[in-house]
Amino acid sequence: MYHRVIVELKSGLVDAVGAGKRRDIEAFLGLKVDEVRIRRVYTIDAKLNMEELDRVRRELLVDPVVEEGDAPLPRFVWLIEVGFRPGVTDNVGRTAKTAIEDLLNRQLREEERIYTSTQYLLSGGYLEFKDCERIARELLANELLERWIIVNYEEVKRKGVDVPPPIIKGSQETVVKEYNLDVRDEELIKISSEGVLALDLNEMKAIKDYFKRTSVVTERKKMSLGANPTDVELETLAQTWSEHCKHKIFHALIHYRDGEEDEIINSLFRNYIKKSTSELSERLPWLVSVFSDNSGVISFNNKLNVAAKVETHNAPSALEPYGGAITGIVGVNRDPMGTGMGAKLFFNVFAYCLGDPFYRGKVPAKLLHPRRVRDGVHRGVIDGGNQSGIPLVRGREIFDRRYGEAKPLVYCGTFGAMPKMIGGKPSYLKEIEAGDLIVMVGGRIGKDGIHGATFSSEELHKGSPTQAVQIGDPITQKKTSDFLLEARDKLLYKSITDNGAGGLASSIGEMAAECGGCEVDLEKAPLKYQGLNPWEILLSEAQERMTVGVDPSKIKLFLELADKRDVEATVLGKFTDSGKFYIKYHSKTVAYLDLDFLHEGVPQKKLQAIWKQPFNEEPEFEQPKNLTGTLNEMLAMLSICSTEKKLRQYDQEVKGLSMIKPLVGKDCDVPSDATISLLEYGSVEGLVFAEGLNPNYSDVDTYKMTASVIDEAIRRVIAVGGCMPSAATPFAALDNFCWCDPEQSDKTPDGYYKLAQLVRACKALYDYSKAFNLPFISGKDSMKNDSIVEGVKVSVPPTLMVTVLSKIDDVSKAVTMDVKRPGDLVYIVGETFDELGGSEYYKLVGEKTRGRGYIGNKAPAVNARKAKATYKRMSKATGLGLVNSAHTPVKGGLAIALAQSAFAGGYGMDINLEKIPYQGIGREDTILFSESNSRFIVTVPKEKKNEFEETMQGSVFAQIGFVVAEPVLRISRGGYQIVQADLGALKRAWKATLEAI
Amino acid sequence: MVPKVVIPVGYGLNCEDETAYAFEMVGASVDKIFIKDITEKPSVLEDYHILALVGGFSFGDHIAAGKVLANIYKFKLGDEVQRFIEAGKLIFGECNGFQILVKAGILPGFNGDYRTQSVTLVYNDSGRFEDRWVNLKVNQASKCIFTEGLKEVYLPVRHGEGKFVTKDAAILQRLQNGNQIVLQYAKEDYTPTMDYPQNPNGSIEAVAGICDPSGRVFGKMPHSSAYLSPYNHPYWTREKVDRVLHNEGGGVPFFRNAVNYIQREFK
Repeated sequence: MYHRVIVELKSGLVDAVGAGKRRDIEAFLGLKVDEVRIRRVYTIDAKLNMEELDRVRRELLVDPVVEEGDAPLPRFVWLIEVGFRPGVTDNVGRTAKTAIEDLLNRQLREEERIYTSTQYLLSGGYLEFKDCERIARELLANELLERWIIVNYEEVKRKGVDVPPPIIKGSQETVVKEYNLDVRDEELIKISSEGVLALDLNEMKAIKDYFKRTSVVTERKKMSLGANPTDVELETLAQTWSEHCKHKIFHALIHYRDGEEDEIINSLFRNYIKKSTSELSERLPWLVSVFSDNSGVISFNNKLNVAAKVETHNAPSALEPYGGAITGIVGVNRDPMGTGMGAKLFFNVFAYCLGDPFYRGKVPAKLLHPRRVRDGVHRGVIDGGNQSGIPLVRGREIFDRRYGEAKPLVYCGTFGAMPKMIGGKPSYLKEIEAGDLIVMVGGRIGKDGIHGATFSSEELHKGSPTQAVQIGDPITQKKTSDFLLEARDKLLYKSITDNGAGGLASSIGEMAAECGGCEVDLEKAPLKYQGLNPWEILLSEAQERMTVGVDPSKIKLFLELADKRDVEATVLGKFTDSGKFYIKYHSKTVAYLDLDFLHEGVPQKKLQAIWKQPFNEEPEFEQPKNLTGTLNEMLAMLSICSTEKKLRQYDQEVKGLSMIKPLVGKDCDVPSDATISLLEYGSVEGLVFAEGLNPNYSDVDTYKMTASVIDEAIRRVIAVGGCMPSAATPFAALDNFCWCDPEQSDKTPDGYYKLAQLVRACKALYDYSKAFNLPFISGKDSMKNDSIVEGVKVSVPPTLMVTVLSKIDDVSKAVTMDVKRPGDLVYIVGETFDELGGSEYYKLVGEKTRGRGYIGNKAPAVNARKAKATYKRMSKATGLGLVNSAHTPVKGGLAIALAQSAFAGGYGMDINLEKIPYQGIGREDTILFSESNSRFIVTVPKEKKNEFEETMQGSVFAQIGFVVAEPVLRISRGGYQIVQADLGALKRAWKATLEAI
Repeated sequence: MVPKVVIPVGYGLNCEDETAYAFEMVGASVDKIFIKDITEKPSVLEDYHILALVGGFSFGDHIAAGKVLANIYKFKLGDEVQRFIEAGKLIFGECNGFQILVKAGILPGFNGDYRTQSVTLVYNDSGRFEDRWVNLKVNQASKCIFTEGLKEVYLPVRHGEGKFVTKDAAILQRLQNGNQIVLQYAKEDYTPTMDYPQNPNGSIEAVAGICDPSGRVFGKMPHSSAYLSPYNHPYWTREKVDRVLHNEGGGVPFFRNAVNYIQREFK
């Protein structure tokens, strides 16, 4: 027996959310609807008497000022009700249950539940059933998680709407299967692919051989295990050895060929990424913990360390953008939470690489329209961040057709801080000893997210598992993290790590590696519902869970505090020194693996890479007659235009620590080059955040791409008044590689080249990291960003995001990019070259003349030696207060940067193009739109002219004009106006593209 | 004397740190207490002079923003809250705290009734959460303790459900007559406005904050706790060049007024 309570706005009141849906239906689907009204449905599957039900309706579910409960049926044409499928996390339903218990002052039984769904009442228009079906499928619901019914008015009036609650009817029987690996190679491959294990033949054979070892057979016999691995064992191996967890490509033995030159690289990670950091570590005393924990740790001042991590959540976001993205952000939150003894979370960042939201073509099966992906991803990270009370400090979006066809990239990052010492010990260390209890804290386990680690290690295809998709619950995680910080400071636990990809198998497996073993009773794990098989319990990636190691003498206090804070904590077993990964289920052994084999047994991949410089068509075209028009068009381009509408939906100032915000200028609507926040109230010591991201250049050369994004990240920091990395200035980077599959195979005939692109990116990362003194402290790679669309492989462009964090000693010295005062002198710092390869300008020219962007060949290079010297002088100039504004050109080059600085400040500029230090053929459009690195547009008060020029001595720079009161950007050459643009018009062009969506 | 502030925390609230700092910087002492610890021993509230309901997403704002926690205040702490107010003490609610105050019926508190809901905060007309700074006009005739001496304030709003609505026109009239409308969203010249985005949510009468008839219970959507340092201002770098940078953040006076009041009244 269940009750349905329907809540709606009183008639006559504006339904803002419904109106939004109406607009979406029109804009997205081109269907006309007069009105959409929304009704919330609570299906109460609990024994409540009528009086109780009435009280719940009145006192809890309905807002008496504006809403009605179970009101008479209003007029409409169609009704669509959308609710969750069985087993999907229903956060509101769960809160409603707690609130009902609070209100009625009695506990409901475990199986009594509340489910939520939403009714959309559509009226007017000429909608048919099939239109409603489209509205439901393509807009209101995601089939993977939700179900719907569509009913017309007459039918609702006659029979009402009845949707039974989505109760899980799982079997109570659980099974442990065994796999016979003593089979032919083809069979091994089949076992791997059918089971979504993502293991290749060598790996399957290594596992097969392991289970044949005499010692293994004997030991397993003692535990009553047979010759074949159990599903628990095979699944554990598959997730531990997954590309996602083990980074097999970065650790592969690579034969790299570049023309005549041959090179054997034994691990890209060790030879390039880790190497520069370890070489730099001697000079940079603030490096605390790098590449060893869940996030990288640096010292901020003598009290605090900062933990930083950026992740990607691409594959889940492709299938279920909202769920994928929210688990992306709350998932990366758990990395700093699980670093050392656990950090407090302070800041979030995002960057999305997406397909064209205005794409009009056919969307391949399994993929969603880029606009839907974009909306869902934003909503997910907005909800995840806002509800966790963590402000956004950086947010970027770039667009390329290939992200819509292969996979969207969803970068999410989190920065946390912790006191240097906790309980007299360095907080970045954790201690795991045999005998410590294994405790799971936070959410419960369901079938959600199973195979996330292995599924993200292959390309998307029609058969991709849908269970990998899930919805996060930020509030459960917030409660968990609040509790854990309290427990940390009371020294109630000794070690902590997060449950992410691979779930308990990964968290316990990793921690067990520290002390040498574990023994787990899987049946103790709290489940969302019955019917999970042991391997599912172990592998589930259900969110909001941390695993901690607790000394037996503290366990009572730990569990008591958890109970007081309404957080679920369960002892699952203990750490041992047996050398075994030992898992039981109702006293029966279900996994007994040597930890050595689990962690070190994966065979090293042997791969080949061949570099050949691609030759792209070099466009030949006349310079446009009307460069003002071109500037307007450039400003409107997707990867340049304003994303303010989305950005504003992220809370950017909770905690009250933000000093230079993501949006700056007189109207607070132009992106800042970098942002600054404090870590402590009343202090002036700031953390500076920025990133570099520009995959366009990968189509020319990933070496230049990597050099460029490192330079971009650094110069953004310099632009807001930061300093170069040094012994005195903490300044560290994080690398996030999102690549396409670089393993040569039938499916990937260009694998040698794609791997060579990766090698070159790593070489550049090493070279520029060393040259700039910039150590990488943490990173992540996602190597399978491809899709199979109608039998053909589509890949994302090799994409590297470099995120940086650094310290500014005095935030009051910070500088923003908006011009401040008429009469100020405008300078350019740095040199401009003919570097339009991979530029936005070539893209525009190609799109206009042949419907497809040009790439060209002269991608921007970086001269690190010169850049470094210039950056030091720039820091000196900002530190001395000589600079009123500074802005570094990125996509679109100089013209875009000038326009942005001008319209952000509300004052015009008179610029003389001839003054710009330039090397090359000297076409005006090239100078204006070339994306040469290491440059700044700076405005300087007249009275500081000499001092500024003296400070910059030794660098290439020039005064190129003035800030003027009249809101017009004028660029001239030899007395001729090349550009004359009203700032209002420029800003409108820049805002219009994504303003409506 | 040092006024004592209690900030109930937990269940997704998240502005406790900046609110605690705000009260501490003007001389109060602050305790953050987990809500369950308060409902288990409601008398703990008696030890304090100021009850601060902070921003955040209590219970995820599920069902409606602030609703679940509002019910806890109403049904589990109703008597204590009533006594707290009758003892002449102060209650302050910001964002989620304001949503809780109105949904628990603590505001507008007509005729000493602090349990009947007559106003609410619903979805913004834009249909989405927004973070933006707004101009606020302060009602000079209001008895609100927290805004004494303030005329115009610039603060950020960060909410998805902030549109102020009354049950009927009579309630609105009553709020106006009693000068209980303390803050209104305003244009650059500080005249109240219904125009988006300066009125970020479509609140009737541009209401951004109200108080009870005594002026001692005050709730508002904008966050004064987000503007405590002059460098919190979104374009302080412009103020610096123009030499109009403030000595302290524009949100500080709200907290100082409260602390001063307690020091005057509870010597």
